Amino acid sequence: MKRRYAVTLLVLALAAGGVAHAQDRFPRPEFKSDYATPTLQVPNAPDSVYEFIDLGVLAAAVIAMSAIALKLRSRNAIFVLSIASLVYFGFIRRGCICPIGAIQNVTLALADPTYAVPLSVVGFFLVPLAATLFFGRTFCAGVCPLGAIQDLVVLKPIKIPKPAAAVLGVVPFLYLGLAVLFTAAGIGFVICRFDPFVEIFRFGSRLEILAYAGVLLGIGVFVARPYCRFLCPYGALLSVLSRFSRRHVTISPTECVECRLCEDACPVDAILPPAGGAAGGTGEPRRASVRRLTVSVLLIPLLMAAGAAGGKLLEGFFVRLSPDVALQTALAAEKAAGTADAAEETRLFRESGETEAALAARVDRTKAVLSIGSALFGAFVGLVIALKLLGLAVPPANTSYVPDRAACVSCGRCFRACPQEHVRLRGRINSPTSLE
Amino acid sequence: MKSKKPGKNPKKKMTRREFLRVGARAGLALGAAGVAGGAFLRGRQTADLRWQLDPDKCIQCGRCATHCVLTPSAVKAVHAYDVCGYCELCSGYFKPNALLLDTAAENRLCPVSAIKRTFVEDPYYQYTIDTDLCIGCGKCVKGCQSFGNGSLFLQAMHDRCVNCNECAIARACPARAWTRLPASAPYMLKGKSRGSGDAKK
Repeated sequence: MKRRYAVTLLVLALAAGGVAHAQDRFPRPEFKSDYATPTLQVPNAPDSVYEFIDLGVLAAAVIAMSAIALKLRSRNAIFVLSIASLVYFGFIRRGCICPIGAIQNVTLALADPTYAVPLSVVGFFLVPLAATLFFGRTFCAGVCPLGAIQDLVVLKPIKIPKPAAAVLGVVPFLYLGLAVLFTAAGIGFVICRFDPFVEIFRFGSRLEILAYAGVLLGIGVFVARPYCRFLCPYGALLSVLSRFSRRHVTISPTECVECRLCEDACPVDAILPPAGGAAGGTGEPRRASVRRLTVSVLLIPLLMAAGAAGGKLLEGFFVRLSPDVALQTALAAEKAAGTADAAEETRLFRESGETEAALAARVDRTKAVLSIGSALFGAFVGLVIALKLLGLAVPPANTSYVPDRAACVSCGRCFRACPQEHVRLRGRINSPTSLE
Repeated sequence: MKSKKPGKNPKKKMTRREFLRVGARAGLALGAAGVAGGAFLRGRQTADLRWQLDPDKCIQCGRCATHCVLTPSAVKAVHAYDVCGYCELCSGYFKPNALLLDTAAENRLCPVSAIKRTFVEDPYYQYTIDTDLCIGCGKCVKGCQSFGNGSLFLQAMHDRCVNCNECAIARACPARAWTRLPASAPYMLKGKSRGSGDAKK
C-alpha cells in the first residue's frame, strides 16, 4: 500500500513540476527472495539469406520460363510454372518484395540520400529487366504472381479495338511517371498502396482493394490481363526493353505459312499480321513515308514541351496530395481559426512534439521536387505519346505473322494454333528417323 | 537517315533495323544497369532492411493496432523487465480509476487481457505480456510511459511482420517513429537489451 501512496505523490509531483525522465521514476526493487529478473526475448527476423534465396528463385524461374517459352514451347509447362510462381511469390512470400514495387525503392535511393536500397531489392528490380533484354517478357508470362493470377481467369478473351488499346497503352507509362514522381517527392509508394492482388496473397481485409482485385479479375475474364496491359508500370518498362530483345517467343516453330490460323489465338492482341508489300513495306511511296517519319520525329520536342507545360499546371494538385502539406495546411487553418487540435492529425502532431520547422523543411523539399518533377513528368508523358506516334509512322517490316514484341507476354497460347507446331510435335512423337 | 537502304545486301551485313535494335538494346542495358547500380552505390546497403518503430518517438496513438496489413497487428507490446519498477499499482496494468487492484476486467487497461500479473514478493508484482493475445494498441504503453518507468513499449515482431515495401503503419504514424533497420539487428529495445538486438541508424 505504501507504494500506492508513492505513486499518487509522484503523479502530483509530476503534474506540478514538469516531466521527469521516465526511467528514473521508480528504482529497480531489491528483491529479498531469490527472484531472477527475466530478460526480454524478441523473435529474430528471417535471415537475410532468404532474401537472396528469393532472388535466386526469381532468376531461376525467369530462365526456366524463357527456356520453356522459347525452346520447349509448351503452354502446359508455362501454366505449371506460373502456378508454382503464384504459390511461392504470391502466397508464401506474400507479395513483397516484387519487381514492380522495387521501382520505387530504386527511385527513393536515387532521390533521398538517407535511404539505402538493399542489394536483394536491386536484384529484384534488375533480373527481369535483364532477362527481358535477352528473351522478351517471359517474366510476365507467369513468374510475376500478378500476371499469373490474371492469366488463370482468361476464359473468353475479346479483341480490344486498336485505337482504344493504343490510348489505354499510355496509362502504364503515366502510372510509372506518377509513381516515380510521388516516390521522389516523399508522397508515398503508390504502386504498393494500389497493388490490387496483394490483399488476396495475404488473405487481407482491405475491402476497397479486394473489390478492386475483384473488378480486375472480372474484367480479366474477357479482357485478358487488364493490370498487365493497361496499368502495370513495370510492364511499361519491360515492353520498351522487349522491343529490342535479343531473342523472342515465336508463333511458328519453323517458318510461317501465313495460314491465318493463329490470328485469334492471342488473348492480348499481340499478333501482328504481315505488312502489305512483298518487301515488307505498306506499298506507299517512299517519299511519303519519309515525310511522315520526319514529322513524327519533329513532333517529339514539341510534344515534350507541351507536356512539360501541362505537367507544370498539375503541380498544385500534386503538392496537395502530400500528407505533410495537408498537415501544414490544417495547422495553419487551425491557427487562423484559433481552434487548436480540432482534427486528429493536428492533435497527434502536437502530441508527437515535432517542430513546425521540421515539418516545413519536409514540405519545402516536397515542393522543390514537385516544382521540377511535375514538368519532367509532363515532358515524359509527351515523349511517350510522341514515341507511340513515331511507332505508328514507321512502316511495319514483318513479312509473316509475328508477335508484337512490346505487347506479347509469352503466355504460349498461340503455339498450338500454328500447324507447323503440330508438324513439329508429330515429328517428336514418331522420331524423324522413322519417317525416312 | 544516311545509312544504306534496307535490303541492299541483307545477307552479308545487318540491316538498318537490326543495327538500331542492337544499339537500342545496348543502350537500354546500360541504362538499366546504370539506374540500378547508381541506386545501390548511393547507400551500399548489402543487408536487408526491416521496419521498426523507435519507442522513444512513439506517442501511443493506437494506429499500430489498426493500420497493420495483418490482423492482429505485427506490432506487440514488449516488456523490459530490468527497467520495470514492479509496482503494485501499475499504471500500465490498471485503469486510472480502478476500484480495486485485482485482476478483474473492469479494473484493467488491456482490452484483451494480454498482461499477466504475478506476485513476486510484497509489494512487488511481475507483469508479463502474452504476445499471442496482444493487439498492439499501446494502451498499457501509454499508462507505463505516463506514470511509470516506461518499461512497456511497442515493437514490430519480426516473426509476424511481412515486411511490406511501404509499411502501412509507418505511413500513418503521426510521430514518424518508424525506420528501416538492418535485418541482423531489427529491434530498438529498452534497458540492458538495448544494444544487443538494437541497431540505431
